[in-house]
Amino acid sequence: MENSLPQHTNRQYEEELRGLRISLLKMGGLVERQIADAVDSLVSRDSDEASAVIARDAEVNRMDIDIDAMCIRLLALRQPAAGDLRFITTGLKINYDLERIGDLAVNICERVLELNQEPLVKPYIDIPRIASIAESMVKDSLDAFLRGDCDLAEAVIERDDQVDHLNGQIFRELLSYMAEDRETISRGTRILFISKNLERIADHASNIAEMVVFMVKGKTIRHMDRSKR
Amino acid sequence: MPDKITIRRLSAFFGENRALNDINLGIAERQITAIIGPSGCGKSTLVRCLNRMHEMVPGATVEGEVVLDRESIYGADVDPVGIRRRIGMVFQKPTPFPTMSIEENVAAGLKLNGSLPARRELDKIVERSLRQAALWDEVKDILNRPGASLSGGQQQRLCVARALTVQPEVLLLDEPCAALDPVSTARLEEVLLELGARYTIVIVTHNLQQAARVSNSTAFLYNGELIEFGDTNKIFTNPAHRETEDYVTGRFG
Amino acid sequence: MNPTEASRGHATWRRRKNSLLMGGTVAATVITLAPLFLILGYLLSKGFSSLNLNFFLRMPKPVSEPGGGMANAIVGTFELIAIAGLIGVPIGIGAGLYLAERGRQGIAPAARFAADVLTGIPSIVVGVFAYAVVVRPMGGFSALAGGVALAIIMIPLVARTTEEMVALVPRELREAALALGVPHWRTTLSVVLPTALGGILTGIILAVARVAGETAPLLFTSFGNRFWSTAIGQPIASLTVQVYTYAISPFEDWQRQAWAGALVLTAIVLGLELAVRWLARNRVRFPR
Repeated sequence: MENSLPQHTNRQYEEELRGLRISLLKMGGLVERQIADAVDSLVSRDSDEASAVIARDAEVNRMDIDIDAMCIRLLALRQPAAGDLRFITTGLKINYDLERIGDLAVNICERVLELNQEPLVKPYIDIPRIASIAESMVKDSLDAFLRGDCDLAEAVIERDDQVDHLNGQIFRELLSYMAEDRETISRGTRILFISKNLERIADHASNIAEMVVFMVKGKTIRHMDRSKR
Repeated sequence: MPDKITIRRLSAFFGENRALNDINLGIAERQITAIIGPSGCGKSTLVRCLNRMHEMVPGATVEGEVVLDRESIYGADVDPVGIRRRIGMVFQKPTPFPTMSIEENVAAGLKLNGSLPARRELDKIVERSLRQAALWDEVKDILNRPGASLSGGQQQRLCVARALTVQPEVLLLDEPCAALDPVSTARLEEVLLELGARYTIVIVTHNLQQAARVSNSTAFLYNGELIEFGDTNKIFTNPAHRETEDYVTGRFG
Repeated sequence: MNPTEASRGHATWRRRKNSLLMGGTVAATVITLAPLFLILGYLLSKGFSSLNLNFFLRMPKPVSEPGGGMANAIVGTFELIAIAGLIGVPIGIGAGLYLAERGRQGIAPAARFAADVLTGIPSIVVGVFAYAVVVRPMGGFSALAGGVALAIIMIPLVARTTEEMVALVPRELREAALALGVPHWRTTLSVVLPTALGGILTGIILAVARVAGETAPLLFTSFGNRFWSTAIGQPIASLTVQVYTYAISPFEDWQRQAWAGALVLTAIVLGLELAVRWLARNRVRFPR
């Protein structure tokens, strides 16, 4: 966020806002790692890694609760206005999105645990690709939040289309596999779920990016047509 | 709706010192406009220019124009006393006249202008003013007690009633709640919100939350200049100027 | 000596010093008040016995005839105060209002200085001035001349008190009245003046108490009169002059009456001072 602004007269308030920002970024980092590990556990068929991700979700949830409490406290005690108000309400929403992303990573790992019981349907090519985009979207949206970079945020929102496109592709491909060979249906559907979860992760990253634009410019671009932004 | 008061290129001086510089502002009719800014920014001076009280200070002068409806209040043949009957003012310190009872205080504006009506009519007028100031129920049985025997919050509402008796079109308030506790403040704010439907109100306040609670539009003054003026919601969620943002978020000084 | 004992010793010394100083200030107070009580006591002992109905109702009798009184002098003093008040109070209040309004502008600083100087002028000089300005043109002594002399003494006192009391009225009160659309002059007369009235009244009574006891300016203005007279254009008796005349006379009867007169005079002045205290108790309270 803007470090060029003068400091708040109340030092404690300044500290509390800084603390909120740091906590959000920490949670973002943790969530990014969860996604990476989840995808890795799928590709390397590592059930231990998947279990570790599931266990680590408890920490994500704990951070969610802490950040919520921080935001509410700031709203109650500091009567924030203008930029501070937008920052804190953005923080509340990002917090929610990150927690959901964490849950989606857990879902992926649960599917991975099931998939690892059976042989591969086909080598994973598209899943890692969609995962990579989703991961980069999450990373960039958080970077945009840290630096208050609207252009980066807009770029994230653009990439959401790619993810949707890839997801559709995976869907059609797997559908044809499952239609040909009934044995592959249970594995196929699980992979579909994983793809869907990755698409959802990209959506949440997109939400984060939209909130960053609101925070910086005071403009709400959620639910707006591309052309009107 | 056209503005009730239009301020054009207004500059105010105390001798050589310039307190206000080239202010351009439109006060909307039957709305509440708040004027905020740090100490010494000129907000009190600004409202005092609106009812021609500024010039009562020896050596104080005014340049520019203030237009009420369609006539300039600083015109050559305009009587300041007449302006002050159309534009009333309530001050920071509650000041009931100590030699008068509550009733006499409310009617003071009429009595001292020599236009005191008959008893019946006067009673009705006094009751109406006190009701508008949300004070009637509290004092209707003690109208003969001295004005100074009321509590601080009541005294201030008495001053509002007194100002309303002469039926002004505009009501100016200079930090009216500064000397009041939170409950009295809330009551007075409630009175202002109700009066806002009928009168044009301008309130100077150093309390940002009060401006946020009460006003439709907010003007931010700094160092005698008007930095920003707009919808109160916008000023407090997404102001256009950096100085405004710094002030409302507590980054000043 | 252990620390506790040492500190106890210190405490005792501190207490002794305290008592010593207290004793000193009490002694100073007693010495200050002593003359007042001595005078009152003396007056009472010497004059009280001569106080009788005759004193208050009878006219002065020729020398060596007992039974005379100071009726005319008592009435005369009151008449002189009345004349002085009628002239001095309005002028004094008016001047005080002007000074309070103008503050440091115009001739106000000079006028204020002049008023202060006037309060310091010896009263006999005021009497001489009144002689030149009233007695000479009129061709004789008169109550009017005496009243004028006393008024000249009253005016600066009333003016300064008025100015101070009016200045005490909070500026916000004036502003509140002006903001109602009340013209400036009306604000001063109908809001400021009534609010300051209590204090102004106090000032007036104090000025009255002061001139009631003046002798020198009356010596060659109202001069004194052995007969009953309340005419403004004629000399008039007054308590102060009468006491003076009788006191320096060699006649014992007259001297006794002088004591009585002094007692009555002191009682009047004391009474006025007490009235001031009582009035101040009911002073208008400014809203906090």
